[in-house]
Amino acid sequence: MITVLAVTFAAATVAPWIFRKLQRNAFYVLAAVPAGAFVWLLLQYDRIYPGRNLSGSGGDPTGGFIEETLPWIPNLKLEFAFRMDVLAWVMSLLVLGVGALVLVYCARYFKNKDADLGGFGAQLLAFAGAMFGLVTADDLLMMFIFWELTTVLSYLLIGYARTRLSARRSALQALMVTTAGGLAMLVGLIILGQTAGTYRISAIMAQAATFVTGPGQGAVSAAVVLILVGAITKSALVPFHFWLPGAMAAPTPVSAYLHAAAMVKAGIYIVARMAPGFSENPYWLPLVLGLGVATMLVGGYRALRQTDIKLILAYGTVSQLGFLTMVVGLGRPDAALAGLALLLAHGLFKAALFLVVGIIDHQSGTRDIRKLSGVYQSSRALAIVAGIAAASMAGIPPLAGFVAKESVFEAFVHYGTGSASQPWGLVLLVGLVLGSILTFAYSARFMWGAFATKPGVQRTPFKAIQPSFLAAPAILSVLTIVYGLWPDPVDSWIQPYAAAFNSAADHDAGASLAAASHLALWHGLTPALGLTAVTFAAGVVMFYGRNFVSRAQGRIPDWVDGDRAYQRTIGALDDVAVWVTGRTQRGSLYFYLAVILTVAFAVPLTALIVANKPLPGGLYLVDPNSPLQLIAAAGIVVGALAAVRANKRFLAVLMVSVTGYGIALMFALQGAPDLALTQMLVETIILVAFVLAMRSLPPELRDRTGGKYRVVRVIIGVAFGVTMIFVAIYAMGARIAEPVSLSFPRLAYEGGGGLNVVNVTLVDIRAWDTFGEISVLAVAATGVASLIFVRSRGERINKAATVPEGTVGRRTAVGGNSREDASLALVRKFAGSLTDPWLVAGRTLAPERRSIIFEVVTRLIFHSMIVFSVYLLLAGHNLPGGGFAGGLTAGLALTIRYLAGGRFELREAAPISAGMLLGTGLATAAAAGFVPLLLGGQVFQTAIIGFWLPLFGDIKFVTSTIFDIGVYLVVVGLALDVLRSLGAEIDEHFEETASGETRGHGATRPEASATTAARTATATATASPLAKGTP
Amino acid sequence: MSVNLTLLIVMGVLFACGIYLILERSLTRVLLGLMLLANATNLLILSTGGYAGLAPLFNKSTDPRDYNDPLPQALILTSIVISFAVTAFMLGIIYRTWALARQDDIQDDAEDRRVAKTPSFDAEDDSVVPEETSEFPVTAVTEAAKEGGPE
Repeated sequence: MITVLAVTFAAATVAPWIFRKLQRNAFYVLAAVPAGAFVWLLLQYDRIYPGRNLSGSGGDPTGGFIEETLPWIPNLKLEFAFRMDVLAWVMSLLVLGVGALVLVYCARYFKNKDADLGGFGAQLLAFAGAMFGLVTADDLLMMFIFWELTTVLSYLLIGYARTRLSARRSALQALMVTTAGGLAMLVGLIILGQTAGTYRISAIMAQAATFVTGPGQGAVSAAVVLILVGAITKSALVPFHFWLPGAMAAPTPVSAYLHAAAMVKAGIYIVARMAPGFSENPYWLPLVLGLGVATMLVGGYRALRQTDIKLILAYGTVSQLGFLTMVVGLGRPDAALAGLALLLAHGLFKAALFLVVGIIDHQSGTRDIRKLSGVYQSSRALAIVAGIAAASMAGIPPLAGFVAKESVFEAFVHYGTGSASQPWGLVLLVGLVLGSILTFAYSARFMWGAFATKPGVQRTPFKAIQPSFLAAPAILSVLTIVYGLWPDPVDSWIQPYAAAFNSAADHDAGASLAAASHLALWHGLTPALGLTAVTFAAGVVMFYGRNFVSRAQGRIPDWVDGDRAYQRTIGALDDVAVWVTGRTQRGSLYFYLAVILTVAFAVPLTALIVANKPLPGGLYLVDPNSPLQLIAAAGIVVGALAAVRANKRFLAVLMVSVTGYGIALMFALQGAPDLALTQMLVETIILVAFVLAMRSLPPELRDRTGGKYRVVRVIIGVAFGVTMIFVAIYAMGARIAEPVSLSFPRLAYEGGGGLNVVNVTLVDIRAWDTFGEISVLAVAATGVASLIFVRSRGERINKAATVPEGTVGRRTAVGGNSREDASLALVRKFAGSLTDPWLVAGRTLAPERRSIIFEVVTRLIFHSMIVFSVYLLLAGHNLPGGGFAGGLTAGLALTIRYLAGGRFELREAAPISAGMLLGTGLATAAAAGFVPLLLGGQVFQTAIIGFWLPLFGDIKFVTSTIFDIGVYLVVVGLALDVLRSLGAEIDEHFEETASGETRGHGATRPEASATTAARTATATATASPLAKGTP
Repeated sequence: MSVNLTLLIVMGVLFACGIYLILERSLTRVLLGLMLLANATNLLILSTGGYAGLAPLFNKSTDPRDYNDPLPQALILTSIVISFAVTAFMLGIIYRTWALARQDDIQDDAEDRRVAKTPSFDAEDDSVVPEETSEFPVTAVTEAAKEGGPE
């Protein structure tokens, strides 16, 4: 079996290449695969039916089986487990036989020029393989995989004509309905497998009776119902029947195979597979019989309304599927025998009829019974083939359909008149007869519609049919006759399956009698024969009264329209999805943050309230060691509230700075000089960066989020703040262990060789942390540079010597303000009179931008600051300071140079690129990490080296200082990147904008100029900053 | 464990003000809010160090408990510098937004709004399809008329 599957799927894989060579005749090659498998199947007869002859006597009453397994995922107990038993063998006959014939038929149905034939052929063959796998799989999950494979392939095959909307839509519809059912079934299969402790179907069936009545009964019931949902959707039972007529958008061979012989039988197969064990389940019979009879009647009724012969067959198939489900699911040996007999008969006649419809469509170009006329005259052979199949469908002797239906009637007469099943058994019998009458009527309607010569309708033009085209349906019809005349072989194939029910039905009084039934053409004058006669009579009446029937049908509204219900469901789902998306995906950052923050405070607050713990001890309002904290606290609070209320941009920035400096004070008062130092430096640099970056933005800060949102914001803000206070109090109150840092001072001194515990913690004890941090700094610096420069990091700036004097930031025109003119003239005079420049690039600035005092002060303090920064770096190990503080001091020194002398001055002060500094810093720090490794130590291990230098005396050098140097370089690089980007580069953007203006204000009032520039730019065209900024 | 309420109350005020600001539309205010949140968090970490104490500069004769806890200090130092980097990055974004779009506002995502207004009619699902009664609508008839015989 595994070989058959492997060969089939391999052939499907290479099919497109075969088609490229042989075009449509490649279908013959493909057909050879299932045909070969069919022969193999026949050769297995002796193993499935050990010791039997063809007429079915002797041998094992329940038949034999073949098992094959291949391990797949042992941990999940999942394996390729296949088992060919009687049921699988009979199903395989149908699947492989009809599959081969349909492929043969395809070779004449399609044209060489049809698009994607290769893909189509591959899918059809793969479908045959998947179907074979489905019926032979012995593992629940394996079976499910093949089940879904057939669903997906069916989707592809129905949607073959992908340019047609109807094909796409019905393919999707079939997919949705069957996968929805498949999903339910998967859940059911897993419940069943877990309850049973095994996923082997044969093992589960062997002990099914204990699951139905034993412990875990509820779970098994749920599993059975879920699995039946899968079967119901796949076999198009009410209320999911609508997808099958929709799927008629598929090419007719596909309909013949998938929607008549194979795929829709998968649901029947599941029912047949489970019936021997699970039909005793309390939900089984109501579901299977109720939906079965309803489907049979709805399908037959709707079939009589169709004018497309393919749709007549489609609704007929729906009807027959309901019929089959009912019979197969009854769970009695006689019904099981009749069910499989009917399954085979249906496969033969319905596939043949679909193929005939395909031929009619192919030769005449229509399937509409109002247009078809005189086809019988055009092709009698076709009419005979169709007639045999349709007669079999109607149940006319001596054909397969008659034999099967006779045994069904017999089983249901037996069941319906039995005492155990009153009154539903009789209702079912009546439904069955009504359904059969409808079947007779639509069979007649089909033959009449397809072949009759209708008065007043022009004779349909009809091409002659090649024998090879007709071969496949003809073979099927011949088989229908043979089966009808000589049902013994079929009977002998099915008897072992029916025998499996005997044990289950033992307690039934009529079981022994029922088990004795056989398929036969002539049973004598039985009640079943009487019902058949009634059926024929009523069917004939309905056919002759067809005009009356259709008028009556026209007057009754369609009270079951599954298609419309499906569309409404899908439409409603779409609407719900859009509604939910619209409510949650608002596209507003404010909304998202509000939701996140509300959850962030509401959940801990609720937990605190619910826990209702007393406040922990140790609370104090004022630190006795440091009462001055209150002053710092007041400053911070005032600053923060003012920042919130400020409506001028720089006022708000300043107020935030106030809180920052207040925090620095707080650090100092708490006993953290390093933090205080660093915080002061950072606040200063940030303030400068803010001014530099925001000089182009308007000075006003408009409060756009006003109104009701303001209240919400206040509530969220206050609630969050309060929550944080209480969370902090409780969290710290919950602390019981000694702080780990109690040992830090000793560790720092003995292991790290330094007195400043914080610094040693940074560069030694927690060096990994710091290394991560400086990496972040490098990334952020690169981010700033790339946001402003877009293309490069700004190394291209020229040396000061190349820049003409007084050109940077020069006003292009002087305004009418006379006082401004006068001061400008004065400044120019001073600038011109200076002979000895205080700064290297001071002369490059426009005179009106220069400040002599600033230049002098800069000249005086720059070098001192740099020296001090190095001191901070080196002394940091023992005194407050370190790489961070040192780097920031150096950055501040550079900031001063930039502010005093402009961007060329910055270039002169730091001729090295910021990227180079960042890279060198990271490399240095990394080296401090891995060099000890090379020397046999650990990563970031510190060594203390003592030596003597003349003049300095004894020196104690700690290697972690090297790491700190790396930190220093990275921080300087970051500061330089910020200055170059937010300072120098934005300067340049400005000058470009300003030079394009008639009335500029120069660089002395950058904000104002930028605002004007902005307004002009938006008014005319979005000018140079944009043009420059975008690559 | 001792808990300094002054620090925590200041922290609460900073959190409240910071949250209020980041719920604002103006990008500048959002950035200021973030800075306040960073300061608030630093204070929270600082408060875990307990009472104010000596600066953690090692002296053999000092009991480790007399220092202010050095571990939170090291964490805060890291945090201060990272906040600087993040602030600089945000400033870059603010400048860039202004240069490109002349806006200092956080814009709503128009695409999200558009999705929310998707009409429930979808041509692929809902348009009316004409009844098709043949896979070979035109060709077969014309060919049959032309050839009148087998292919």
